[in-house]
Amino acid sequence: MAHMPDLVFKELNAKGTAFRVLFVALAGLFLIGLGAAFYMEHSGHWVTGMTNQVVWGMPHVFAVFLIVAASGALNVASISSVFGKSVYKPAAPLSALLALALLAGGLAVLVLDLGRPDRLIVAMTHFNFKSIFAANIILYTGFFAIVLVYLWFMMDRKLKYKSSGPGTFAFIWRLVLTTGTGSIFGFLVAREAYSSAVMAPLFIAMSLAFGTAIFILVLLAVCVIDKRPLGDVLTERLRVLLAVFVATTAYLALVQHVTAAYWAGRVDVVSFILLNGGVYTFLFWGVQMGLGTIFPLALTLVPRLRSHATLAFASVLVVLGGLAQVYVIIIGGQAWPLTLFPGYEVESSFFDGVVQSYSPSFPEILLGIGGFALALLIVAFGMAILRFLPTSLADADIDPHAKKRLLETEEAGEPA
Amino acid sequence: MRILAALLIALSLGGLALPVLAGPPDVPKGAGEKCLADAATMRRNHMSMLMHRRDATMHQGVRASTNGLKACLDCHAVNDGAGQPVGIDSDKHFCRVCHDYAAVKVDCFECHASKPAAKKAAEAPAEAEPMAPPEAAQESGAATPPKPEGPK
Amino acid sequence: MSDCMSSRRDLLKAAGAATLLAPGVFLLAAPTPSKARPEDTATDSSVRWGLLVDTNRCDQECTACVTACKEEMGLTGHGRPATDAQYIRKVEIAEPKTGFTRSLPVMCQHCSSPPCVDVCPTGASFKRADGIVLVDRHVCIGCRYCMMACPYKARSFVHETTTDQLPNNPRGKGCVEACTLCAHRVDAGIVPACVEACHSKGRGAMLFGDLLNPEHAITQVVAQHPTSQIRADLKTDPGVRYHGI
Ligand code: HEC
Ligand code: HEC
Ligand code: HEC
Repeated sequence: MAHMPDLVFKELNAKGTAFRVLFVALAGLFLIGLGAAFYMEHSGHWVTGMTNQVVWGMPHVFAVFLIVAASGALNVASISSVFGKSVYKPAAPLSALLALALLAGGLAVLVLDLGRPDRLIVAMTHFNFKSIFAANIILYTGFFAIVLVYLWFMMDRKLKYKSSGPGTFAFIWRLVLTTGTGSIFGFLVAREAYSSAVMAPLFIAMSLAFGTAIFILVLLAVCVIDKRPLGDVLTERLRVLLAVFVATTAYLALVQHVTAAYWAGRVDVVSFILLNGGVYTFLFWGVQMGLGTIFPLALTLVPRLRSHATLAFASVLVVLGGLAQVYVIIIGGQAWPLTLFPGYEVESSFFDGVVQSYSPSFPEILLGIGGFALALLIVAFGMAILRFLPTSLADADIDPHAKKRLLETEEAGEPA
Repeated sequence: MRILAALLIALSLGGLALPVLAGPPDVPKGAGEKCLADAATMRRNHMSMLMHRRDATMHQGVRASTNGLKACLDCHAVNDGAGQPVGIDSDKHFCRVCHDYAAVKVDCFECHASKPAAKKAAEAPAEAEPMAPPEAAQESGAATPPKPEGPK
Repeated sequence: MSDCMSSRRDLLKAAGAATLLAPGVFLLAAPTPSKARPEDTATDSSVRWGLLVDTNRCDQECTACVTACKEEMGLTGHGRPATDAQYIRKVEIAEPKTGFTRSLPVMCQHCSSPPCVDVCPTGASFKRADGIVLVDRHVCIGCRYCMMACPYKARSFVHETTTDQLPNNPRGKGCVEACTLCAHRVDAGIVPACVEACHSKGRGAMLFGDLLNPEHAITQVVAQHPTSQIRADLKTDPGVRYHGI
């Protein structure tokens, strides 16, 4: 493996205006999110859009998105340590930091939406090991620990040459973690829209797409804000990765519905999502598939469009499409009524047999955005106090081949 | 908080020597002869007794009527001026006098009724005579197959 | 106090013998109460409490069970149907092709393999030895995963601060709750409030008893007449059974 001892890692310049403005804005959004959570907690959940029918709402959409993206954000580090691609190496520590931050943001949203967040200590001390949820708590805690160790290996002068061990472990752990997150839904046998074996691989694909998109955005933003040169070698590869992951996600999402449609009892719920589900159908085709898949694929794959700006735009679209996808999965899945009496039409005072309505409330959305803000705050804070990224990601600095080519041309030029 | 609690316990233990004095907060006296244990033990251990009892009731259905939270409140109801038992919103409530003093916060009364029930809602009807079948049993004809009766 | 306890026990003994009647009318027997368990002992797995609903007798207009439940458990709504708690509800079912209709109460089905218990991260959802599925609201963190998992839509989340709860059903904001099969009554040897009301005010369509006790009417009926469980395909093995659908 080639090393680049001459790369200089450096903290962000925390005194720059752009950084300060961003930091204050993020902190503001985070505080607003906290305030929204306090408001919902204080009044009770009736002030949200969530009901006894749609029990998980907007906070869960954001939380699941962030948690899923967290494991995907680690991808850049994995590629460098596990698959030995040295071009990614300079960006690996940032990728690990982002993974930790996104997970923290997602979990914060999840916890702040609990009916009794004051009993968090109970969740830490009472475990039902049969529960996928409890398993996930262990997976998340483990993820924090493992990625921290991995980061330490990557950032320590002596240990960094040995980081492939922890890197591999973190890679395997994150695969299990995303499988766990997907299984939260996959194991709900009673809910026709969820229980499916495709959920786990689908969530892994989603994590890679969302995580890569957010990583690209953070990388581009940091380089602009801190005025660090960024060449095309790294972004070119990220562009291809993003395209592959987005296509895989879309493919698995289609597989999820096609396989379900073959299941006699599930035709109705599939046609609900795909054909006549109103907002869910719109979000699926319009936002998830159109805006979040086809459009970014075009932006990343059409050679003439290649630039950092289109890459950033494509990443934003992938994030939006991803949020729509998680919304369709979580809310759309609950909107479809449970079937208690197959073959009968049912009616009751408790909304049996009807499509459930849900309209997200402001506080819920603010809490979700607060989670995003927290994640980015952690990244900003981490980068301001520790050296996560080299001062230059210019092609010549990070790509040994580019560097060699450059030297060769210089040498060839010298005698003349 | 612990220091305060210890102080309180020490003070109320001291209070035992002088029967008139029951520690800084004026703890209202319970009804009946005596508590589940002597007052000093109650002061020190009522939380663990309650927790133990709570789990036994929840999980095993043990419902001895003497040591549940309901029972505490039956004996320890504090009446207001009008002779009605006060709820937890009053600082005279038995469970609040010490807790307020010792700055202990318990969430029990977010759910649990903080005063004895006005009427014994759960028990009254069942005590009445056994319920007779509402209609004569043979009415629908014993030999016929299940006859859907449908909505009336 | 001791007086009423003993009279209660006598009542239980007297009701032990249930006569089995012809199909369709068998539920007319008086509600079979539990055998009285000394109040300081724990439940054990020698009993499994269950309910049987004769949908042939259940009247569409009648909501006695629902009203009784609300009264017993102190469920005062806030006029917000989407978030107000319901432990038991009447469901009207109709088969579109044949026009066959039934009306029946649905509550927590007290499964022997309850999905809510499997998914609960803290173990707050649990099944008592005697088969009653409960939420230990001292341990519930309000994550609502059980509500996602329940195939029967049997659980409610407390969406607001509650006041004036009844002593026998402490409930408060942020926890999940559901039908307890009136555990507080059953432990005292009294049938659940819905069953009582069904007999006193309704048409006697509900039968309560121990599914393991051959002397209980419910056990005899279930052994000799076709009964069904809601979503039996999910293999949750509910303790609530229905006749006539
Ligand atoms: C979220 C609601 C909730 C809170 C908060 C709560 N409980 Fe309970 N508690 C319950 C429920 C529900 C039961 C079961 C009642 C039953 O089965 O009769 C119960 C039962 C009990 C019982 C056994 C029944 C009895 O009356 O003796 C005890 C003791 C008890 N709780 C103590 C406590 C104490 C002490 C606290 C505060 C630290 C507390 N609880 C807080 C809901 C709550
Ligand atoms: C039979 C009625 C009765 C019941 C039931 C009862 N108490 Fe008491 N309690 C009393 C009496 C009387 C005293 C005063 C005893 C004394 O001074 O020796 C007392 C004293 C106490 C004290 C000490 C107060 C002081 O003077 O410092 C505490 C604490 C207490 N009880 C808590 C409880 C709790 C908690 C429960 C329920 C688990 C409970 N009690 C149930 C009658 C009762
Ligand atoms: C004699 C004073 C006194 C009275 C009366 C009293 N308590 Fe307490 N209680 C205390 C003190 C002091 C503590 C704190 C102990 C500690 O923190 O170690 C406490 C703690 C508790 C705790 C544990 C809280 C925690 O967070 O650990 C519970 C539960 C509790 N009390 C319930 C009750 C109930 C219910 C009543 C009314 C029936 C009651 N107490 C009446 C003094 C009292």
